Amino acid sequence: MAAPSSSSSLTSKLRHLDLGGEVIGVHFLGRSAAFALGTGGIVLAEGDNEQRIEAHKGAILSVAGDARRLLTGGDDGRVVATSGDGASETLFEQRGRWIDQVASGADGAFAFSIGKTAHFRPAKGEAKSLEFPSTVGGLAFAPKGTRLAVAHYGGASLWFPNAVAKPDVLVWKGSHRGILWSPDGRFVITTMQEAALHGWRLPEGANMRMSGYPSRVRSMSFTAGGKYLATSGASEVILWPFTSKEGPMGKQPTMLAPRDTRVSCVAAHPKEDVVACGYDDGLVLMVRIADGAEILLRAPEGSPVSALGWRADGGALAIGTEAGKAGLMVF
Amino acid sequence: MPDAQAQTKIPVTVLTGYLGAGKTTLLNRILSEPHGKKFAVVVNEFGEIGIDNDLVVGADEEVFEMNNGCICCTVRGDLIRIIDGLLRRKGDFDGIIVETTGLADPAPVAQTFFVDETVGAKTALDAVVTVADAKWLKDRLKDAPEAKNQIAFADVILLNKTDLVSDTELKDVEMRIRAINPFARIHRTQKSDIAIDKVLGQGAFDLDRITAIDPDFLEGGHKHFHDEDMQSFSFASDKPLDPDKFFPWIQELTQREGPNILRSKGILAFKDDPDRFVFQGVHMILDGDHQRPWRADEAKTSRIVFIGRKLDRAALEKGFLSCVA
Ligand SMILES: [Zn+2]
Repeated sequence: MAAPSSSSSLTSKLRHLDLGGEVIGVHFLGRSAAFALGTGGIVLAEGDNEQRIEAHKGAILSVAGDARRLLTGGDDGRVVATSGDGASETLFEQRGRWIDQVASGADGAFAFSIGKTAHFRPAKGEAKSLEFPSTVGGLAFAPKGTRLAVAHYGGASLWFPNAVAKPDVLVWKGSHRGILWSPDGRFVITTMQEAALHGWRLPEGANMRMSGYPSRVRSMSFTAGGKYLATSGASEVILWPFTSKEGPMGKQPTMLAPRDTRVSCVAAHPKEDVVACGYDDGLVLMVRIADGAEILLRAPEGSPVSALGWRADGGALAIGTEAGKAGLMVF
Repeated sequence: MPDAQAQTKIPVTVLTGYLGAGKTTLLNRILSEPHGKKFAVVVNEFGEIGIDNDLVVGADEEVFEMNNGCICCTVRGDLIRIIDGLLRRKGDFDGIIVETTGLADPAPVAQTFFVDETVGAKTALDAVVTVADAKWLKDRLKDAPEAKNQIAFADVILLNKTDLVSDTELKDVEMRIRAINPFARIHRTQKSDIAIDKVLGQGAFDLDRITAIDPDFLEGGHKHFHDEDMQSFSFASDKPLDPDKFFPWIQELTQREGPNILRSKGILAFKDDPDRFVFQGVHMILDGDHQRPWRADEAKTSRIVFIGRKLDRAALEKGFLSCVA
């Protein structure tokens, strides 16, 4: 496959933004892209407009969101919700602690973690919290409902905050960090401290080990309908097949868009079998899973791509880098 | 090349010491003195630090085994996450200080900086600094293996509270330290009072700064004490080594004896190689590289040091000397 050249029909459509801080995450609120920065700020960008909100008095450590609001957890001990019009609200504050993880649930529910403790806050009803045996590495709501998957050392726990029962523990040795549900809720996947993913098939909890990466996986994203799990961590985008009942077990991943530098971030298109992938040198391309066709979106400028986010209708992509440069492309 | 990278990495100092030795006093001193530097501090208990600093982070000392299942291959999982978080604020501070609890083994902390890719790429372990109580260390070396580990592991040792012991007692405890760890820099202090540049910016794990392995120590000037449990051995050869013999030997040795070898260090002259090769290791983790050309005025002597438990001196020496080209 030919290496992408430094321009394409699309690169000229990329709007460049200089945000002045590492982009921790990006999420669309309606038509506006919300960039969360390591410096604690949030930048809302739409068309030529740019609005900056000083959401945290410190670094933003974690980012989540739904169609309505962006949730950020900071080292200032706050969970902040920011809406598309720039209004921001502190949902929780505990001074002197870090909010390590945040997760956004259905109907305005949210969750966050401080060290070993996960907290659940429904829109209405009683707040719940639970201490896990080790620091919470990742937190994710099931696609529907309020069940939370919590990654930690030695595996993951599935917690129904409103149930009296203890969480179901999915055991696998090692330190589990990021966590993700498949869109149909049948699989839970974690990124591990070592260069591997681990997964469990539910409800039986069968183990799925996905290894062979040259470096730790930091970014993963299910493609439309949950057909593939796209991940970073190698010099090509790795796509594990999830169409069969067993998931990827016994199957080889598809590898697309190979380059001589590592994929640092992936984001699957919400509707099409297309994945946006960002690399360690700042290049971003789009690759079509069916035939591996690539389209360059952003030429490399040196800093690793740290965040990618699609607009819900797939009509726009937001790009952020460690150096604080960003891009917005409306297709 | 390594120089340019080292410049941009954030230095990390690990502060250890048995309970009550004066570790917190040293930490407060580092944070409060007017040196114009700002530090992020990872502590185990909040409240001990008397300084208002928004870069103080609480840690849980979660020591995790790596997946090879080996008992010595451990890292601090919480530290990886904390450093990831602190890196979001890079530019806000000049260095990171990691304070461990009095009972902690420094190895998992040190190994964290060699095992995690991001942590290793963006930060550099500067030194393990151990604060020891001049009056009580002798007893702790008998009854607390943690205290002995902290001495064995140290690059810099503050022999603190020297005002509480006589000169003879002080010399005695220094020799006990030397019997365990002959190459740490020892500073005698009272109330942890020391110039900050003697504690920070040591570059103890920086391969470029491994200058010499103290030949005094090689002559064995500290034979008065032999710690029964922890030993240090050093060997030298004036004949060049064969890399094809040395690397398999050191790999096999550290794989087999890794849990017993706390630290290792070496400066090596390989046959037909104009460069010094330097390495240092923590248990099974080895880090080595070509350093610089041997100068015309220096003897091309290969030296190697091991600090550890239950080490077989004769076997180590034989193994090392069999690497001669
Ligand atoms: Zn080991």
